[in-house]
Amino acid sequence: MAIIFKAPDALCDVPMHYCPGCTHGIAHRLVAEAIDELEIEGKTIGISPVGCAYNNYLYFNCDMIQAAHGRAPAVATGVKRSLPESIVFTYQGDGDLAAIGTAEIVHAAARSENITVIFINNTIYGMTSGQMAPTTLLGQVTTTTPYGRDASYSGFPIKVCEMLATLEGPAYIERVSLHDIKNIKKAKAAVKKAFKVQIAGKGFSLVEILSTCPTNWGLNPVESMKRVENEMIPHYPLGVFVGADLEV
Amino acid sequence: MGQKLLMKGNEVIAEAAIRAGCRHYFGYPITPQTEIMHYMAKKMPLVGGVFLQAESEVAAINMVYGAASAGKRVMTSSSSPGISLKQEGISYIAGAQLPAVIVNIMRGGPGLGGIQPSQSDYFQATKGGGHGDYRMVVLAPAGVQELYEMTVEAFNISDRYRIMTMILGDGVLGQMMEVVNFRDEEIVEDINKSWAANGHDNKREHNMVTSIHLDPAVLEQWNIGFQDKYKLISQNEQRYELYNCEDAEIILVAYGSVSRICKGVIKEAAEQGIKLGLVRPITLFPFPVDAFEKVINIPKAFLTVEMSAGQMVEDVKITINGRKPVYFTGRMGGMIPTVKDIMTKVMEIKEKHR
Repeated sequence: MAIIFKAPDALCDVPMHYCPGCTHGIAHRLVAEAIDELEIEGKTIGISPVGCAYNNYLYFNCDMIQAAHGRAPAVATGVKRSLPESIVFTYQGDGDLAAIGTAEIVHAAARSENITVIFINNTIYGMTSGQMAPTTLLGQVTTTTPYGRDASYSGFPIKVCEMLATLEGPAYIERVSLHDIKNIKKAKAAVKKAFKVQIAGKGFSLVEILSTCPTNWGLNPVESMKRVENEMIPHYPLGVFVGADLEV
Repeated sequence: MGQKLLMKGNEVIAEAAIRAGCRHYFGYPITPQTEIMHYMAKKMPLVGGVFLQAESEVAAINMVYGAASAGKRVMTSSSSPGISLKQEGISYIAGAQLPAVIVNIMRGGPGLGGIQPSQSDYFQATKGGGHGDYRMVVLAPAGVQELYEMTVEAFNISDRYRIMTMILGDGVLGQMMEVVNFRDEEIVEDINKSWAANGHDNKREHNMVTSIHLDPAVLEQWNIGFQDKYKLISQNEQRYELYNCEDAEIILVAYGSVSRICKGVIKEAAEQGIKLGLVRPITLFPFPVDAFEKVINIPKAFLTVEMSAGQMVEDVKITINGRKPVYFTGRMGGMIPTVKDIMTKVMEIKEKHR
């Protein structure tokens, strides 16, 4: 019997702990498919964040390193500078990358570290139970903005792709979404391109993936997908910010 | 044969690291240790190594975490306020059991403090400046030759036990110039790092470097393993110098540059007919309890001298455990105790124990 669809080899055959309707599972699959298709699992080293994906070192079949909160780009720098022939990726959420790890991501991008960053933006802290993230939208209710995020008090959401695109370092930056099949396919292409940019030695690549958090948003999975489309994309427009013409 | 050179302490640390096979250095500038960075910036490209100036001490220690996870010999250096910033990474390195060498050329604190020499980071270095039940090996050289030898040794110890080793010096040691005799070749232990996350090449299961274990029963087992390792290190790696201890009325206890001042005190006292000895801990963790057992019956009292408010003296008291009186004298804030300061305390103790 022919196998026409299977789990990627780069994913371990273990149960994941993510909540129903959370898009981490899809994002993991896209990363693993890219690793499989590019045949790089044996030389790939992934860096796990602090946040809901803290233990995805158990899910990816390549060598994995668990990093402190926000420090994954610095850890990745240490690995990549030690093993220039390896493929190094970080997998980070919005609290990890855009709050506590702002310095590390900005400088890794500025140095054009030849690494790939998978950035999960779901506008909230998931693991610690729904606090305001740097990407939380204005008016959004979280456990630390119970009356909605007020710009005059808590400031404005950070647009990571746009901010990093002002630097000369990055080779490729794209924002994608997982809210429907068409966009998942686009996201897959972006993730694969990011790895190809690294393989070609072009420098820093980052894919921001607009994602869901049904549990902490208080929405069901279908409503969550709609929120990504109707509320997040208007504030976080999809598209390529750096490297649109880059052929790899 | 070897090579005899006049060099500054900080530069010797950098040169020794390269000789020990360290090809990865990540740092951030801070006085009084920045010459280590300068030397690395110049030399690493010439030996095919990596020197990288990080955006912060926090980033630098996490780059160390990355390179160590990849199985490489790696070092960072800083001074007191910078070492405080590195504590997060230090705790993670301890939790993930990674070998790495960290240099702290201490200056006066707390806070931004000053830039003059101090020994006030003893607690931070030996008791765990970061969170969790962890230790690291702490080496306290007292001269430029020892900075060389111990930096090489630090890499071997780190690899051997999968542990961090700190070179704990002070501004005097970092800035002083002395003659150093380099060996032609270093004894670089070749230690298996099959645990490293360096790409499995489709030849083995994937390696995972981590410090998180949410199941408390599992985390307890990890901690028990750490403690067993620290016990083994305590048995195997104590280093110390006993100087002039036979028939000493009072035995001084001092490490690093202060131990050199104490040797001056011993000489001065001898001229006055007073017999003093010195226990010089070279490893601060493991604390050289064996040294004290060897001399415990000799003196009337022990006098610990530090450039701090009295930190190591607590370990001396724990070790002596009431068997002999233990006194302390020291200076703080970057002030260096003089022979006269110490002699005054010696006379005071002598008077008390006539």
